[in-house]
Amino acid sequence: MKHEWPLWEIFIRGQHGMSHRHVGSLHAPDAEMAIKNARDVYTRRNEGVSIWVVEAVNVSASSPEDKGAFYEPSNSKVYRHPTFFDIPDEVGSM
Amino acid sequence: MYAQMVKTAGSGVKDRDEMSEQEQDFQDRIDRGEKIEPKDWMPDNYRITLIRQIGQHAHSEVVGQLPEGNWITRAPTLERKAILLAKVQDEAGHGLYLYGAAETLGVSRDEITEDLLAGRMKYSSIFNYPTLNWADMGAVGWLVDGAAIINQVALQRTSYGPYARAMVRICKEESFHARQGYHIMMKMASGTPEQKAMAQDALNRLWYPVLMMFGPSDKESVHTAQSMAWKIKMDTNDELRQKFVDQTVQQIEYLGLELPDPNIKWNDETKQYDYSDPDWTEFFDVIKGNGPCNVDRMAARNKAWDDGKWVRDGLMAHAEKKAAAKVAAQ
Amino acid sequence: MDASLFQYLLRLGDNTLVLGHRGSEWCGHAPVLEEDIALANTALDLIGQTQLWLGLAAEVEGKGRDADQLAMQRDIWDFRNLLLVELPNGDFGRTLMRQFLFDAWQVINLGRLMNSSNPRVAEIAAKASKEAAYHVERSADTVVGLGDGTEESHVRMQAALEYLWPYVGEMFLGDEVDAAMVAAGIAPDPASLRAEYDALIGRVIKTATLEIPDSSFAHKGGKTGAFHTEHLGHMLCSMQWLQRAYPGASW
Repeated sequence: MKHEWPLWEIFIRGQHGMSHRHVGSLHAPDAEMAIKNARDVYTRRNEGVSIWVVEAVNVSASSPEDKGAFYEPSNSKVYRHPTFFDIPDEVGSM
Repeated sequence: MYAQMVKTAGSGVKDRDEMSEQEQDFQDRIDRGEKIEPKDWMPDNYRITLIRQIGQHAHSEVVGQLPEGNWITRAPTLERKAILLAKVQDEAGHGLYLYGAAETLGVSRDEITEDLLAGRMKYSSIFNYPTLNWADMGAVGWLVDGAAIINQVALQRTSYGPYARAMVRICKEESFHARQGYHIMMKMASGTPEQKAMAQDALNRLWYPVLMMFGPSDKESVHTAQSMAWKIKMDTNDELRQKFVDQTVQQIEYLGLELPDPNIKWNDETKQYDYSDPDWTEFFDVIKGNGPCNVDRMAARNKAWDDGKWVRDGLMAHAEKKAAAKVAAQ
Repeated sequence: MDASLFQYLLRLGDNTLVLGHRGSEWCGHAPVLEEDIALANTALDLIGQTQLWLGLAAEVEGKGRDADQLAMQRDIWDFRNLLLVELPNGDFGRTLMRQFLFDAWQVINLGRLMNSSNPRVAEIAAKASKEAAYHVERSADTVVGLGDGTEESHVRMQAALEYLWPYVGEMFLGDEVDAAMVAAGIAPDPASLRAEYDALIGRVIKTATLEIPDSSFAHKGGKTGAFHTEHLGHMLCSMQWLQRAYPGASW
């Protein structure tokens, strides 16, 4: 049996009332799991509060340029953020 | 680099008068800095080259989980364990974003995964080197991710929209990776004599393999010229490598470690550091499958894929049953 | 009192420490990237909870130790986790079945601990219970999907349940530590969680078309420290190696 999980396009709305934006895609057996996977994949840094998923085959649209993902500071996993690590100025940008 | 020695499809840069009108328009859009989007017309060779490049990049992220994953269960503190796990998890995420970008070009993730597992596609040579002591977790984050960032920052401006957007997302996360790595190195280099020895060992062992990540000199390559004209390669390998050396030397000095190459010297004329070339024979051996860990890495990926089949199939079968039941109920 | 509370906190912290470690073993090896990432999230939450529980345990103990010292420098006889969580991962199905059996207990127990008379315990429980609520939702979905998936996945999940079932009972066994916690209003009587637990897992296991084994036998000894399985020692060998090999170093 050759049976790839369908592809889903993921849209996430952040915490400041902005509209849902496309953040990328992922695979999942169905919509319910796609939402869960999106929560695990695309909100690792607390980026969103609401998730929409659309199966990729059902998207018919032009692709306006996305200006990149919207990032919110995470509460408990502060180490995910570069500034968690104090790096001396002498070593240059990193 | 994560996408290394990607063969550019076609026979080099076309002169403008060799291009069809469509190709000319395409090139003009790129020259104007416009992004190419999935549904736009694109030359076949552009598409083929991008699939190779993005696919290889994605495979590198996923295989790249293994050398660092090797230390998750041995991380020395709870915080280091969480940080390393979060970091290796990010690599999986990066692989996922990149597979998503490749999929917009008309291949599926499973297809190119199978190409990797069958040895038809490559991943970066760096991940065929072992991680042997805890300082390697520092050196990998600092040097390997540091080298990758140099390339990826440039690729945020690449012509293919989905690839550029994946790079933007990835670059934001990579900075965490490089900094957590350097942070480990600072701890190790200022720690006990044994810790400092681990730090020096990691630096010495990984230095040349990291320089190899950028690939052999490609200044004269016709393939490079075409990829650069398409803006899917932004700088030559030598330019990127030099940039890496120049930014890294002061970071090594700050740690108080010895330079891994006695020939690293500031050159007042060129205003950059001179350094020794890596052993390219070793590089080609690794590329051909004879690196220290090639066999183990592929075995691990194949095992995960084969052992996981029943899980993927099982969850899919359940979703289909649910969908069928829903239809029947309507 | 403090000695009992210390023991109780070790039980909570060792459960999350050991299961978080088991989860982290999958990183880079899961069946599909999405599951790899999800399992790592669960493991990260559990490691974070460990820092809180063991951190509080160290404070209560009052001997100047911290969470890392408790995690990395106690030997096997001082570990107080349930045997369930130290068992090897087995295949992905067994890992997720174990996760579900634990999550279901964890979410109920944390719910009670949110009303603890000890405000520190209540505070940690409140944070952890949000995470646990998602864990159990996800692991339950996976158990259902694989139980009611293909014939192969069904057989594997039933086998996983049969292997793990004898380790479920330990969650509900009480001892003098639990009695002291109940008396102080800090934690619930473990036996009092059973009915809710049975209802929750009964519903999920049924939807998964699986059958709960007809046996009430329970292996025990993990939470009291009387016995562990042989597997825990091997885990500690990896987990504690650097701290043991280079004592006194700072990482």
